[in-house]
Amino acid sequence: MPKPDAPTKEPAGKAAPESAGGSARGSAREGSAARTLLRLWPYVRPVRTRLFSAAFVAILASCTGLVFPLVLKWLVDGPVADRDLGGVWVGALLLLLLGVAEALLFGLRRWLVARPLASVEAAMRADLYRHLQRLPVAFHDRWASGQLLSRGTTDLMLLRMFLAFPLTFLVVNGTTIVVGMAILVAQDWALGLVLLTPLVPLVIVCAYYEGRYMAVARRAQDQVGDLTTVVEESVLGIRIIKGFGRHRSQARAFRELSRTLRGTELAKARLLAAIYAVIMALPEVAIGAALVLGTVQVADGGLSTGTLVAFLSTALALRWPVESIGFLLAMSQESATATERYFEVMDAEPESSSALAASPGEGSSEGSDGSSDTDGLRFHGVRFRYPDAPADAPPALDRIDLHIRHGETLALVGATGSGKTTLTALVPRLHEVTEGRITLDGEDIAEMERERLRTLVAVAFEEPTLFSATVGENVLMGAGEDAGDAELRRALEVARADFAHALPQGTDTQVGEQGLSLSGGQRQRLALARAVVGRPRFLVLDDPLSALDVHTETLVEAALRRVLRDTTALVVAHRPSTVLLADRVALLSEGRITAVGTHQELLRENAEYAWLMSGAGAAPVTGERAPAPVGGRAEAGPGFADVHTEAGVVSAEGEGQR
Amino acid sequence: MSASTPASQTTGPGGEGPFPQGEDGPSPQDAGRPAPPPGEHTTPSSGAPPESAAPADDFDKDTLPAPPGATSALLRSLLSPLRGRVVLATVLLLLQQAAVQGGPLLVAYAIDSGVPAVRVGDYGPLVAIGIGYLLCAGASGGFQYAFIVASARVNQDVLLDLRGRIFRHAQALSVDFHERYTSGRLISRSTTDVESLRELLSEGLQELITVILSFVYISAMLLWLDLGLGAVAVASFVPLYLLVRRYQRRAGPLFGKRSTAIASVIVKFAETMNGIRPVRAFRRERANEEEFGVLNRHHERANGDAMLEMARYVVGSRLVANTAVAGIVLWGAYRVTEDTLALGVLAAAVLYLRRLYDPIDRLGMFLNSYQSAAASLEKVAGLLAQTPSVPEPHPDRTRTLPALASEHPGREVDFDGVRFAYRTGGEVLPRFDLTLPAGQTVAVVGSTGAGKSTLAKLLARFYDPTAGRVLLDGVDLRDLSNAELRRGVVMVTQEAFLFSGTVAENIAIGRPDATREEVVRAAKAIGAHDFIASLPDGYDTDVRKRGGRISAGQRQLVAFARALLADPAVLILDEATSSLDIPGERAVQRAMRTVLRGRTAVVIAHRLSTVEIADRVLVMEHGRVVEDGTPAELIAGSGSFADMHRAWRDSVVG
Repeated sequence: MPKPDAPTKEPAGKAAPESAGGSARGSAREGSAARTLLRLWPYVRPVRTRLFSAAFVAILASCTGLVFPLVLKWLVDGPVADRDLGGVWVGALLLLLLGVAEALLFGLRRWLVARPLASVEAAMRADLYRHLQRLPVAFHDRWASGQLLSRGTTDLMLLRMFLAFPLTFLVVNGTTIVVGMAILVAQDWALGLVLLTPLVPLVIVCAYYEGRYMAVARRAQDQVGDLTTVVEESVLGIRIIKGFGRHRSQARAFRELSRTLRGTELAKARLLAAIYAVIMALPEVAIGAALVLGTVQVADGGLSTGTLVAFLSTALALRWPVESIGFLLAMSQESATATERYFEVMDAEPESSSALAASPGEGSSEGSDGSSDTDGLRFHGVRFRYPDAPADAPPALDRIDLHIRHGETLALVGATGSGKTTLTALVPRLHEVTEGRITLDGEDIAEMERERLRTLVAVAFEEPTLFSATVGENVLMGAGEDAGDAELRRALEVARADFAHALPQGTDTQVGEQGLSLSGGQRQRLALARAVVGRPRFLVLDDPLSALDVHTETLVEAALRRVLRDTTALVVAHRPSTVLLADRVALLSEGRITAVGTHQELLRENAEYAWLMSGAGAAPVTGERAPAPVGGRAEAGPGFADVHTEAGVVSAEGEGQR
Repeated sequence: MSASTPASQTTGPGGEGPFPQGEDGPSPQDAGRPAPPPGEHTTPSSGAPPESAAPADDFDKDTLPAPPGATSALLRSLLSPLRGRVVLATVLLLLQQAAVQGGPLLVAYAIDSGVPAVRVGDYGPLVAIGIGYLLCAGASGGFQYAFIVASARVNQDVLLDLRGRIFRHAQALSVDFHERYTSGRLISRSTTDVESLRELLSEGLQELITVILSFVYISAMLLWLDLGLGAVAVASFVPLYLLVRRYQRRAGPLFGKRSTAIASVIVKFAETMNGIRPVRAFRRERANEEEFGVLNRHHERANGDAMLEMARYVVGSRLVANTAVAGIVLWGAYRVTEDTLALGVLAAAVLYLRRLYDPIDRLGMFLNSYQSAAASLEKVAGLLAQTPSVPEPHPDRTRTLPALASEHPGREVDFDGVRFAYRTGGEVLPRFDLTLPAGQTVAVVGSTGAGKSTLAKLLARFYDPTAGRVLLDGVDLRDLSNAELRRGVVMVTQEAFLFSGTVAENIAIGRPDATREEVVRAAKAIGAHDFIASLPDGYDTDVRKRGGRISAGQRQLVAFARALLADPAVLILDEATSSLDIPGERAVQRAMRTVLRGRTAVVIAHRLSTVEIADRVLVMEHGRVVEDGTPAELIAGSGSFADMHRAWRDSVVG
């Protein structure tokens, strides 16, 4: 147990699944499959007694089935041949007892495992969920939630079934076959051997087809995944498909994929049919041969009729165990794949609770550079590179030095794709800095408990996500346990989300995937309310007003200004109106802070900033050449006239205010 | 030893997880969910009219109302084109079962005729037995192969048909349906529900037919071998049937409960993973674990209940079967001693009996898959019963747009006595007339819920008006074929969704036959070229793969490039610039002045900066156009637009 996880760990951590379960190597042989399955032991351990007893009971029950023919033989050769009525009754009673015992034993087996196996499945699922919640955000960026979900549902159900059937029955049927064969050979070794002969070709043929079948099955699985993707996208992108009238091409893609899938499924069926045909025919041939030989022997008097009957019914009783071995192995193989997929996620390193070793880059200045409790938020030489970025790509953020003083609000401005959102994600440690440090009131966040850090810092994201809960619960998520109605009311007021009171059930209205759907602006205001409800010391707002109409925006700004007065805040801004919430502005350009100052200063002195805020006078960082870095052609097009007007207004009236 | 595996560190006390017991937790199903409000003011963006005349809260449920019998009608309509092949598969199975069931008969013959014949030196019967057995073996194998292949063809064609139907139907249903029926449900209709039908068809149904056939065959054989023994065997079907019925009755609700339980587990799981950032940032981990634990426990309990019910069924059916076997053997042996029954017949009867009761357990499995497939089919039938509220016109009635009147690509838009209301009664747009001349750029402003988006959606024919007509160069939108309509009108919305594939492919959705040069030109015109060129593989970067991080603003630029490439006569922008920064917005405006010049454009925006490029501004309030004029006129006036504009100016300046 201690060793096997080591080899699987490496590929698992790196595997970035692109299509449905692209991780399983079809070549995984039985040996490694068994080793993979052994990893389930910690989960099985708590229920081992029940599971082992169940297997034992199943072996008993299965062997009871083998005693049937023996009783039958005794009955035919003894009482029936002797015309002994009492003996007939005894034999029948014996059969009845065996039958009752078999039925009860099989029931007992199922009863023994029902609850424990459900609990194993539940425990594994709970563990997966807990683990996933603690994996770094970078992990979630790489993994589609559907991939995680299929691990939490289909794979775990498969594993439960594996523990219930294949695992037990591989043992049970193996034992049954051995015992049955022993009985056969013991009764008549020649006939027994005749029956044994097809076993070898059967195993070989099955193994051959099994391998091919697995490969096709895998392909079918992947194609189902692709098909699902098309379905998913055609639902999620329905407005685009309709808006551009692309039903036809989407339907064509769907049709092609589903036809391919049909082809694969048919190939799969042909293989399956071949396996079954062999499984059906071969033993039957052997039984036929045994029957012919047996008849001759009975005629010679070398064999009793009872023995022949018993022999044939034993052979018949053994058919299912033999036939089943094939699909039991196939199921085990699939379960091994499922286990692998499960542990692929479980092996990923979770965020440690404090992560001391996160900032190796910046010497050991021990945090406090003469800072006090009211030092505010500081970035010290921060560099960040996405863990999955190619090695030669420039870091997403580099040499970030920023100081947001206590109670100050700093606006972060930058062109699309300059790294603003990435920067905000570093503060609550959704991503870990690659190099450098971030301190809150002098304390390195890498040395803080995440839990505490995230209590101190509240965030409103660019894409406001609401959970399936009431409006009130969604907002109060941002506050401590003791927050109540008063806080909720205040937060809704700050975010101008008073509409919540007018919902059908007021703040008790369900929202989210399973509830009422709200407009983008409404969601954004609730997300903002969530960020401010806990009166956090530090506030990070990622373009918090983008979806609001002008009127609402003005109202929210006014209220927000009061909150920001005594909060240390970092606000990502696209527009002058949002920038004006801040005391100072930092300009982020291609992952670097290129200027810091007040709105007016930057507007005057920094060409890129002026360009970003007004769209006019484009200039790259060097301030030399005219063409805009992002906007492309900045030639004096027809749009230029009003661009000028606005820039003029901004700077002129800006001056006037000063 | 277990301490070294990462899994065990998080195992906790094993089966008894750290979660509160499920029973006393609130069930998500019990929690009274509010019905969506009939009014529009609370759900301005999503408050779409319900699809059918049925009450609005149908959409809260998984199963949509379907006419009675829709499920079986659906199944029939899926199978009827394949009637021939269904018959073929059935015949193959009949033959295969006949071959399989021939064995014991040969045993009886061998014991009763073969043995005496050999004793007198006549090997004829023996040879016949040998050949017969070989034939049986060969035939059962061969027919098995043929049957599996034939039935797989039927199954796969049914699934292909069903998948296609769901897909096409979902695509044909209007946008308002999609707004009400969450994407998750639609996706699970076409994945998990189809999957459960697949299971039924590929495993369950074959199982059922095999079971029924062998019941029939074996009963016939037994009756033929000996009427009395056969009658006893047939009589044993009565208690078995009762058992099956009881199981079905009791397991049905259990399965229902289980699937509801797993559904809520799935919802919670998916929601957490999709919203992992806020989950983290607001420290929801522990609270989530508790909630998830409750749901998980519910499922565990339901799961265990279902398995226990199965155990009960297995015990019952085995008991009946084994008792019957014992009884028949007793009576048979008794009669052999009295010489009223041949020994070989008894042997064959016993062999048959063992086979007869063998598949009983599997019958339970079939019932399982039948239950879940029936539930799934019902849901699918409910979906398919929805009629598109914005249907494509009948081919005979379609009209084409007239040739362009001028050298400009724009067309005139005319709202002729248009009124729009939810079917539940809430009126969004009272009756109005509005004409947008060809080539005009019209900005629509107003507060949230004023009806701007509804206006746009009527023009894009995402909705049809309750009364009146929307005309494009004099042609009713309802008379245009889909392709013709989309050459005429294209809408770019706020949420810029990217399909999997490359960036270039995503832009080319606007015009699939566009060349790479045209794609690049569109991207350049909108200012998206630079960021696309800086992606790892440029235009060939897969948006779903590594390095494909594309921000919200960049996605909107791609969406614009798409619209630019589509080259429509009328372009609708529904808050399509909300995530753009100012330079991005400027680039869009520039493109509208250059590339899109001469097109009719309707721009809905929160930002008043957009308004300045408009030829005309419509201010909407409570579904009515309250102000209409050029930007300059309105700014100079004293209406609400002037106020808004002033407020905006102030905000820009600070």
